[in-house]
Amino acid sequence: MANTLIEIQNISKSYRRDSMQIPVLRDISLTVPDGEFLGLMGPSGSGKTTLLNLIAGIDKPNKGKIVVGGMDVASLNETALAKWRARHVGFIFQFYNLIPVLTAYENVELPLLLTKLSKDQRKKHVETALQVVGLADRMQHYPKQLSGGQEQRVAIARAIATDPTLLVADEPTGDLDKQSAEEILTLLERLNKEFKKTIVMVTHDPRAAEKAHTVRHLDKGELQ
Amino acid sequence: MKIIKLLFKNSFRHKLRTTLTILGIAIAVTAFGFLRTVVTAWYAGVEASSPNRLITRNSVSFIFPLPYAYKERIERIPGVETVAYMNWFQGVYIDKSQFFARMAVDMEASLKAYPEFIVPPEQKEILLRERNACVVGADLAVQYGFEIGDVIPIEGDIYPGEWEFVVRAIYQPRDKTVDGTQMWFHWEYLDERMKQDMPGRAGDVGWYVIRISNPADAARISEAVDEQFKNSRAETKTETEAAFQQGFIAGTGLIIQLLNFLSFIIIGIIMLVLGNTMIMSARERTKEYAVLKTLGFSGGRLISLIAGESLIISVLGAAAGLLLTLPLVEMFSLFVPKSWFPIFYVEPVTYVLAGTSAVLVGIAAALFPIQRAVKTSIVDGLRFVG
Repeated sequence: MANTLIEIQNISKSYRRDSMQIPVLRDISLTVPDGEFLGLMGPSGSGKTTLLNLIAGIDKPNKGKIVVGGMDVASLNETALAKWRARHVGFIFQFYNLIPVLTAYENVELPLLLTKLSKDQRKKHVETALQVVGLADRMQHYPKQLSGGQEQRVAIARAIATDPTLLVADEPTGDLDKQSAEEILTLLERLNKEFKKTIVMVTHDPRAAEKAHTVRHLDKGELQ
Repeated sequence: MKIIKLLFKNSFRHKLRTTLTILGIAIAVTAFGFLRTVVTAWYAGVEASSPNRLITRNSVSFIFPLPYAYKERIERIPGVETVAYMNWFQGVYIDKSQFFARMAVDMEASLKAYPEFIVPPEQKEILLRERNACVVGADLAVQYGFEIGDVIPIEGDIYPGEWEFVVRAIYQPRDKTVDGTQMWFHWEYLDERMKQDMPGRAGDVGWYVIRISNPADAARISEAVDEQFKNSRAETKTETEAAFQQGFIAGTGLIIQLLNFLSFIIIGIIMLVLGNTMIMSARERTKEYAVLKTLGFSGGRLISLIAGESLIISVLGAAAGLLLTLPLVEMFSLFVPKSWFPIFYVEPVTYVLAGTSAVLVGIAAALFPIQRAVKTSIVDGLRFVG
């Protein structure tokens, strides 16, 4: 049986908008084993992205505990959390979020600048990551010179360049055509199977959810 | 890729905007450098003053003379090395717009009192020997094409009559802080004419220049000199050369203050120009900063990125501005007679001031964008629609 990578215990999260307190997640508990490919589905506003953000350590719960890879994420301060994210989490966004003035190579290298790797070591990591996503021949291209699918593949290469334990993807196919979306899902599946990456993916797309081992539904901030 | 490359790429993301900002800063720094140079030129006399020199003038006013006979009594005061005397001659050369300092001096003692005026020994010998000889500064010689042996005709005003002086020496200023536009001739030549034409003005000197061996004795010697002539028909006021020069520009103090004020207003303008660019730039990239934070960039690294970008723009602008300042000052020197601003060059301190201001402005302009980028949470940043 696989070890538990993510353990969420009774977390709640609400946001303050002006004088209103808006609850987003209510008393959520969830366990994700190492090597899992988890799909999170639910209608808009159900709290999927908020839950993903909490798992990834880019937001903190108001209540409850989140342990990822043995680390109580909510207890870390901002600096420690930034370091932890750089080392353990790879992010894939719906709109790729590549830096437009950097080439594909430089975008992938970006998180590696935070490590102590030498230039040659960084080069090796970047080339490997771009080979895995099938863009070894597009290294010197700028984002605007790539298609949406290719941009997302560069974003995935950036997410895996530091060899993180966990990949989180927020609607990774939401901005892609059917064929590109299929390629991205196949790539994520491969990262999960071949490279043993634990993936948590938020999606609206039932075809994307089919690739996941487990799918959990959220509705009005509660896990179904 | 290194972080510095990222900084440059970010700085020139909007090439036109960044170029215009750099240009704006460059123009402002050029104006700053030029104004500072004008202010420096104004104070050049004070700056070039020697701590070893005291000036003794009539206590009532600089325009009233002192008796020639004071020289020997001043020389006897302990600590005094040399005593020279001078008269402001003025006169008109070509026309009234051709201004340069023309003075009747006690030549040998004056050259001792002003060792920064370097006269070749062979020229000095003839200069001291000939009664109507004069020495001109090298800059003045260049301006009017004076050569050894040339006769300078001057129409007297303070000392009426037609005067002719023969250029027998050209002094080289020791360095660029020394005025190279003066003309000196023998006081005896003036006094001879006064004895003939206006006997009542014979034997008068304008002021004394006292060279002292130790600047620390300046106060004591000044007091001793003034004490000597207390209750006489021409009481004296002795002060350091710097204080004497300061007195000349005191009347223009308001203009100088205004120029100084303007130069610092320019710094403010630079800050507004750069601050505006940085605020726009940082606002447009709110989402990008959130992405960088997501990737693990700490607050400190974000601060470095934003401040670094701001510094690159401000330093490039300052460098361009200072590079423009040099030819501007040179051009000004070409078109404005050297005798108006005898000492006109960009002082090293101007470079330091402009450079330091650029760095400070670069940091200050980045403060608001930094505060915004650091305070905005990743979640809010990722949601940001610019």
